[in-house]
Amino acid sequence: MQPAIEVGELRKWYGDIHAVDGVSFSVQPGEFFGILGPNGAGKTTTLEMVEGLREPDSGTVRLFGESPWPRNPKLLPRIGVQLQASAFFERLTAREQLRLFASLYGVPTKQADEWLALVGLEDMAGVRNEKLSGGQQQRLSIACALAHNPDLVFLDEPTSGLDPQARRNLWELLRGINEQGRTVVLTTHYLDEAESLCDRVAIMDHGRILQEGPPAALVRGLDSPTRISVESGLLPLAEAATLAGDVEVDDDGVSLTFATRTPAPVLAALAERDALRGLSVRGATLEDVFLSLTGREYRA
Amino acid sequence: MKGFVSLSRAMALGFFRDRTALFFTILFPLMFLVLFGGLFKSAGVSKTDVLEVGAVPVIDQLPADARAGVDQVLTIKPAGDRDAALAKVRKGDVAAVIEQVNGQVVVHFSAADQVRSGTVTSVVESLVQQANLRAAGVSTPALAMSAQPVEDQSLQPIQYMTPGILGWAIASGATFGAALTLVSWRQKKILRRLRLSPVPLQSVIGARVGVSIVIALVQAVIFVGVALLPYFGLKLSGSWWAGIPVMIAGTLAFLAIGLLAGAAAKTPESASAIANLIVLPMAFLSGAFFPLDSAPGWIRAVSNVLPLKHLVSGMQDVMVRGQGPAAVLPEVGILLGFCIVVTTAATFLFKWDDI
Ligand SMILES: Nc1ncnc2c1ncn2[C@@H]1O[C@H](COP(=O)(O)OP(=O)(O)O)[C@@H](O)[C@H]1O
Ligand SMILES: [Mg+2]
Repeated sequence: MQPAIEVGELRKWYGDIHAVDGVSFSVQPGEFFGILGPNGAGKTTTLEMVEGLREPDSGTVRLFGESPWPRNPKLLPRIGVQLQASAFFERLTAREQLRLFASLYGVPTKQADEWLALVGLEDMAGVRNEKLSGGQQQRLSIACALAHNPDLVFLDEPTSGLDPQARRNLWELLRGINEQGRTVVLTTHYLDEAESLCDRVAIMDHGRILQEGPPAALVRGLDSPTRISVESGLLPLAEAATLAGDVEVDDDGVSLTFATRTPAPVLAALAERDALRGLSVRGATLEDVFLSLTGREYRA
Repeated sequence: MKGFVSLSRAMALGFFRDRTALFFTILFPLMFLVLFGGLFKSAGVSKTDVLEVGAVPVIDQLPADARAGVDQVLTIKPAGDRDAALAKVRKGDVAAVIEQVNGQVVVHFSAADQVRSGTVTSVVESLVQQANLRAAGVSTPALAMSAQPVEDQSLQPIQYMTPGILGWAIASGATFGAALTLVSWRQKKILRRLRLSPVPLQSVIGARVGVSIVIALVQAVIFVGVALLPYFGLKLSGSWWAGIPVMIAGTLAFLAIGLLAGAAAKTPESASAIANLIVLPMAFLSGAFFPLDSAPGWIRAVSNVLPLKHLVSGMQDVMVRGQGPAAVLPEVGILLGFCIVVTTAATFLFKWDDI
């Protein structure tokens, strides 16, 4: 099958800053692809070159086999883009905004109005965009990007700045969009977002993709220890250290934490001693992947 | 043109919902018109008031066409009381009192106002002469004179100001409209969003041009409508409609200036500062507010290269000076040429992005 996106060795400098430094990836139709990285990693720049908003200094981009640069009118109706900063016309209501974007693609008014319900903004239809909350603006902006039914959707940090509840709601919306068969490319600096939404993530830092794959596979590939914590002081440190062969123990005064690659015997031993108060078991996350890739803590 | 209609609609809605823009494009210039129109209402070349005591056959028995000629210069009203009438002359309320005692026509005037009294005496003198000729049986005098008012230089203030202030209003409306749209659309990423839609750039520009022309015509209707009120007393001359192409060409020229300002500026604030720096001095240098007839030669030379001068004088020619429609052709040509040159400059500075 022809990939929806094929990117080869993209590079972009801003003066001395090497914002994108040899990025390659491809995305299959129907996939939910994420680009994860801290601020300044080069996600937006990469995405804009893929969308055809910026000319790469070098490298190739193909969307459905076509180059998006310079402005390619054949591709434009097939892609939907939500820019990092929402782009709204001034002093128009949510409904007017949506109808306008739809009409630019020749989409009838009625079809545009359906999107208001799909993103849960029916009650806000007559409200000017300046008066919408952050989450409502993001949803409107996504509706505007989707009103013409594109095959391929780009979303640049769609949930940044939203409260946790609004983020969860938006995740549901995005999953739905992908389940309708659309290819979705999303950038995010939230590890949990990438982990929860994406079929595949590319972890990006300093303009390069460090690693790429399904989130679960990346985590598994780490072979990092499982962390088991119980209440501090339940066991003396010396005794705790003998519970399993490879265990590392630490008591920070709040929790007693075991790091081990063989969690089962540790858990069994704790159960035997009735020392499970405040138990939590945590596997590796993308955070650990980032740590092991860059040697530094993940800071969005 | 795909998207043209919906973009025009969006722009027009955005404009008519923007109270500040509405104020500065329509109400603010209108205030100027009302203020100056009221202030200078009586400052023009007004007719000379004359009181008639008793019957004055020389005037009363004039044939209708001759009387109409006299009425263009003098406003003659009958006076009830002779003494009261003479007192008015002394105070300067009227220019003269005329009475006829048997064969003697007497003009009482105040020497304080030589211009007006001169007017009255010379008019009356000519009337007396005509009456003498008729009495002598000369029905066709060897020489005849007819008076024709000339309306080119000595326009009534309202006649002068309506096209002038309207020109300024159109110029600032178009300049600010284009500059602020361009900058705020760029800043709000609307330009990049439009670039990602299949709408051609011509539709985007076409929509802005269309909306600006509509705004200019709305300004014109409101301005001329207010000035035509009896209180202000604007009188449009026959080919006033030829002012419309001038307004459209002027709108295009100032849209181009606005595009240039918008292309050069990064923020809406700097865009409106640049637009102000261009339009406001131009309004004074172009004779939009007051005539430049008595201005130094270099100012008049400068004014000729300013598009506002051509917008204003083009409108004046056909709307109030009574010239034929062809009179606007050179001005329209100059304005369009200006538009092309400035638009070309603006395209070199144009950026889709502010980064
Ligand atoms: N227009 C620009 N001019 C100069 N530097 C830029 C520009 N855009 C981004 N950068 C720089 O390029 C790097 C990557 O930025 P960006 O692609 O926005 O990262 P991200 O979206 O991952 O936060 C950053 O160091 C940023 O400061
Ligand atoms: Mg970004």
